[in-house]
Amino acid sequence: MSDPTKTSRRAFLRGSAAALAGGATAASAGTPDPLITEVQDWASSLGDGVDATPYGLPIEFEGDVVRRNVPWLTADTISSINFTPIHALDGTITPQGCAFERHHSGAIELRKEDYRLMINGLVDRPLVFTYADLERFPRENHVYFCECAANTGMEWAGAQLNGVQFTHGMIHNMEYSGVSLRTLLEEAGLETAGDLADKWVFVEGADASSNGRSIPMEKALDDVLVAFKANGEALRKEHGYPVRLVVPGWEGNMWVKWIRRIEVMDGPVESREETSKYTDVLANGVARKWTWVMDAKSVITSPSPQSPIKHGHGPLVITGLAWSGHGKITRVDVSKDGGITWETARLGTQGDTKALTRFYLDTDWNGEEWLLQARAMDETGYVQPTKDQLREMRGENSIYHNNCIQTWYVKADGEAENVEVS
Amino acid sequence: MSKCLERSGVFKLTLAACVLATPTFADGFGLGRTALPEEIQAWDRDIRPGGAGLPEGRGDVYTGEEIFADACAACHGDFAEGVGNWPVLAGGFDTLADKDPVKTVGSYWPHLSTVWDYVNRSMPFGGAQTLEPDEVYAIVAYILYSNDKVDDTFELSHENFAEFEMYNEGGFIVDDRAETEYPTWRTEPCMQDCKDSVEITMRASVLDVTPDEGEDDASASQAAPAQDSTQVAALADGGSGAEASVQTAALDPALVAEGEKVFRQCAACHQVGADAKNRTGPALNGIMGAEAGRIEGFRYSKAMKAAAEDGLIWDEASMAAFLTRPREFMQGTRMAFSGFRKESDIEAVIAYLKSHSE
Repeated sequence: MSDPTKTSRRAFLRGSAAALAGGATAASAGTPDPLITEVQDWASSLGDGVDATPYGLPIEFEGDVVRRNVPWLTADTISSINFTPIHALDGTITPQGCAFERHHSGAIELRKEDYRLMINGLVDRPLVFTYADLERFPRENHVYFCECAANTGMEWAGAQLNGVQFTHGMIHNMEYSGVSLRTLLEEAGLETAGDLADKWVFVEGADASSNGRSIPMEKALDDVLVAFKANGEALRKEHGYPVRLVVPGWEGNMWVKWIRRIEVMDGPVESREETSKYTDVLANGVARKWTWVMDAKSVITSPSPQSPIKHGHGPLVITGLAWSGHGKITRVDVSKDGGITWETARLGTQGDTKALTRFYLDTDWNGEEWLLQARAMDETGYVQPTKDQLREMRGENSIYHNNCIQTWYVKADGEAENVEVS
Repeated sequence: MSKCLERSGVFKLTLAACVLATPTFADGFGLGRTALPEEIQAWDRDIRPGGAGLPEGRGDVYTGEEIFADACAACHGDFAEGVGNWPVLAGGFDTLADKDPVKTVGSYWPHLSTVWDYVNRSMPFGGAQTLEPDEVYAIVAYILYSNDKVDDTFELSHENFAEFEMYNEGGFIVDDRAETEYPTWRTEPCMQDCKDSVEITMRASVLDVTPDEGEDDASASQAAPAQDSTQVAALADGGSGAEASVQTAALDPALVAEGEKVFRQCAACHQVGADAKNRTGPALNGIMGAEAGRIEGFRYSKAMKAAAEDGLIWDEASMAAFLTRPREFMQGTRMAFSGFRKESDIEAVIAYLKSHSE
């Protein structure tokens, strides 16, 4: 380890030179900075009073940190997806307002007063709950990531989208408050169901798509939540207001929004979303079904194509996100040379189970070209595979569950590009 | 253990109250109420492989073709071939191992029940749960016909449903990653000299399919109002445009805003505003007051072309009638929308369309 005081001094000098060379406006050593020497308007006049914004939005300078979509991807925005701006976020919690959306029949507006949840099928007492009923059950809080099975799905055949928002932004991570599905199922009674080992629940939403999915009983009784708050406030309509299902570690399509019915069954429904979609075609044409778990994955969010290095040479924070549907992230390694050598990154916080973990590699960059990669490991010992390893196993037509190692080509000017390497 | 029972150990009186309050519950919190059979029937509509849950009914290919043309072809094409990016429902047999597999109902879907269930529950797009069982049987029969799986005299019913075998029924395996992949991935990772050399083999910039800043919807809608007001101002200078600008000025902004919300039901197929393009339906800028079927190159239905020849003008009365019951107003229209139920929605959406005069 080098002496940190020396490092920062060297860096300061280098940084200043780079700033001058790049035509940046920050004043260099020797020229007084008018932002300091002159009285600025905001230091003299008054700002907004309280209540200027009854519900606050990000300041206008952050106006580019928004969800975006890829228009050519789907026929229409009503049945489509957009992407979380993960290149511009830090920490682990995704603000609801920029957390990706996926709708099959558009985001509906359903009032709490009009909300009903039915539990029927092989239960002792088929029940109907109102929203107010749900709030009277014992409540839990958990942070979980929600990743669309198709995240990184456009990258199977090659490097395609030049931005981590687009390659990895079908993910968000929120703190959910709600009632465990186990509690609700026990309220309806499971004696009628008999042996639970081969039983399923079918869950569907109140919107026109209904997005029905079958979930094995073992998972339903394990950690599934019926959630009505995210990050402390009501769910946004685009995330299923007033109530959605949270299926930790499993593909986002199963997190049924506007959930209105839970049926205990003796087999899966084999609905559209679990047969024609969300099944993974292998190279030989045979498709895997019931591929629910999201395997361990990580990606560097900065530097990345949408977050190039702009500050010149010297200290650089490499950061990114890691997650696993199997449990906790235990380690993330970073490579600067396309996978020849690796160093272990620092985890921002010790990872929660099935939640995003932030990692950092505090390093120096002096204009050299890098092939940046991150590689996650989870508590089961699973190591994130390369894209070639995945393709060898599955071919290129799986669409879903692409958890490969991503490569960013960082150039001498600090720009970054999405590439594939040998 | 319920709170009632826990408390009952202490206060006998409370026990009595609890039992009275929740007479049917032996355990639990006593929250919620019993779902009535009518309610379960209304919502429990899922159809299982083999056809469990199907209502009685029947429909043949001929009938299905007619309904499909009305309700489905706008997105899926007359022959289920798919329009634009909308799903292809027919063909693609034996392509699943190809470079670009064509996954259709015929080539990929393993269960016929899924088709019935999905059409019944979620289609047509923007008019879900409006089809009668016989109509669903007919549509499903037609989809099978469009896949060459039945002949044109075929009739599908609850009686013969279970006999039908899908082409790709055996084409699925249950997730086997735990056996085929995890042992390979769960190894100690290499840290040094993991490969001899590294080359860039592919670059995203070569393809150039990343959306540019400002190309997405948010910025387009921000740009729209500004452009519109310029257009209105320009029109006010001209002779024939004066009327349009007056009309625009007289619009109730609240009603226009309401109409914008209502228009979401149309937005699956129609665009309006700056940069509006023809989609499944024609772009609607300047539609109010215009002649029917006026956009060159748009594939109107025969019915719309005939109406245009007869001189149909989209004024408030004709538009309101069309939007109330599209297929009654114009038999043979391709517009899949079944009509607004509320007059207020029609009024609002017309105001919104007027606000996008050309």
